Amino acid sequence: MAFDKMELKDIEVWDGNFAAAQAMRQCQIDVVAAYPITPSTPIVEGYAKFLADGYVEGEFVMVESEHAAMSGCIGAAAAGGRVATATSSQGFALMVETLYQASGMRLPIVLNVVNRALAAPLNVNGDHSDMYLGRDSGWIQFDAYCPQDAYDLNFIAFKVSEDHDVRLPCMVHQDGFITSHTAQGVHTLSDDVAYSFVGDFKPMNDMLDFEHPVTHGVQTEEDWHFEHKARQHNDLMTKVMPKIQTAFDDFEKLSGRKYNIVETYDMDDADVCVVCMGTSVETAREVATEMRKEGIKAGVVGIRVIRPFPFFEIAKALKNVKAIAALDRSSPNGTAGMLFNEIAGSLYNTEKRALLSGYVYGLGGRDLTKAHLVALFKELQANVDAGKVTTQLQQFIGVRGPKLAYL
Amino acid sequence: MAKKGWDEFEIGAMLRTFDGKIDDIAGTQQEDRAYSENSSYTASVADWRLIKPIFNKDYCIDCQFCWIYCPDVSIIARDKKLIGVDMDHCKGCGICVEVCPTNPKSLLMFPEQADEETEIASWPKKDEEEA
Repeated sequence: MAFDKMELKDIEVWDGNFAAAQAMRQCQIDVVAAYPITPSTPIVEGYAKFLADGYVEGEFVMVESEHAAMSGCIGAAAAGGRVATATSSQGFALMVETLYQASGMRLPIVLNVVNRALAAPLNVNGDHSDMYLGRDSGWIQFDAYCPQDAYDLNFIAFKVSEDHDVRLPCMVHQDGFITSHTAQGVHTLSDDVAYSFVGDFKPMNDMLDFEHPVTHGVQTEEDWHFEHKARQHNDLMTKVMPKIQTAFDDFEKLSGRKYNIVETYDMDDADVCVVCMGTSVETAREVATEMRKEGIKAGVVGIRVIRPFPFFEIAKALKNVKAIAALDRSSPNGTAGMLFNEIAGSLYNTEKRALLSGYVYGLGGRDLTKAHLVALFKELQANVDAGKVTTQLQQFIGVRGPKLAYL
Repeated sequence: MAKKGWDEFEIGAMLRTFDGKIDDIAGTQQEDRAYSENSSYTASVADWRLIKPIFNKDYCIDCQFCWIYCPDVSIIARDKKLIGVDMDHCKGCGICVEVCPTNPKSLLMFPEQADEETEIASWPKKDEEEA
């Protein structure tokens, strides 16, 4: 091979950004087209350094915007190569037009999204506004809670995205700064083991197959557009989850690390639980354990796969619980939070519908403290004791000023 | 084109130009290529045109300027000689006429309904001032 391998220790001290960059190096990507933006900059910066130092055989394309970055990735993916990039926040927002192109063209691209708030006011810290902005774009979305997850989910993302039965682009989300810039011990895979998991890129309908010329990005009007969108939705609804489960199973055999479409914690006998994403999951788990010492049977459900949404898996995880809090780290701006709505939808036609309340928290990097979660679990227990939701259905946590509650 | 259901076509916003594998495409004339029904070659867009070029071979010197400049590959040349215009794809832009160097020009624009034989019979004479 024309590139050098890197000797890694079994456990390296990496932040989420460097973990993602290392995973990208080990996957040997053909083209990275990128326009760096805080807090995801070190991913593509790290990858560019690996390339410059001879650890990667590929192309790094410096472009003039995030719209161009994703456009470059789309072109390279249509040409027939393994492609990835990274972005955050405003950059992600500028990419949105091309995100729909990538998924509609059924191109496997891995996008590391280091979650950050959306302006205005301008803010570089972590919330899930950009993640939520992408949720109708036809991409598969994984959520990492820590640097280890960010590393592992990159391999799983390539594996699922490039599968010929899937051929859909894939985002790997991690929380800006709290995951991306916080160094933790990360269990590594050797270069050979990591690469063998994702395997060689297998082209499909590639433009570089000159014996079978194809035109990518065609126009369709009322006569064909609906059928194309229906096909894409069908494949997201029926084909992706089984492939994700297989990839999770294979990855567990390889690494011993087990991922689940819905991550449950102490849910077997839980009366109350929070459903959340990102680093909040780990905080909530710690608080849930402490609540049990106070006699509140608390559990936590973390969403690992945001799209396609685990409609039935969520209902199954929540079927025996009595009160649920859906935590949304993005301002719904005029309705209930996304998780509240999704969970309500998955539970509505089930026999036992638990009491469901929604919370908006952590906007612009505002901390979700253990004290917030202690109060929240106690509120859920009060709901259980009263047999009804005792508060309004939507409350804000951690914002200064008079209490905000709606619905 | 038959209207297929959502599960009856290949995934992606993608169309194939040819049916099956192709080989030596540069050495195969357009009319001998296995263009698919999705190729624009098999679709007539003649109704996009309001005025049309008429070719008068009496003055053509086969310089190939029109063939090179045509933005729609609608000048049909064989053995480096202009033999006609692909009227299924010509949009009537007039660039071929503009670049034609002969005097009088070998290609001129006429209304879509003009009769080719009539117009060739009354073709303009050599412009002595220009010469």
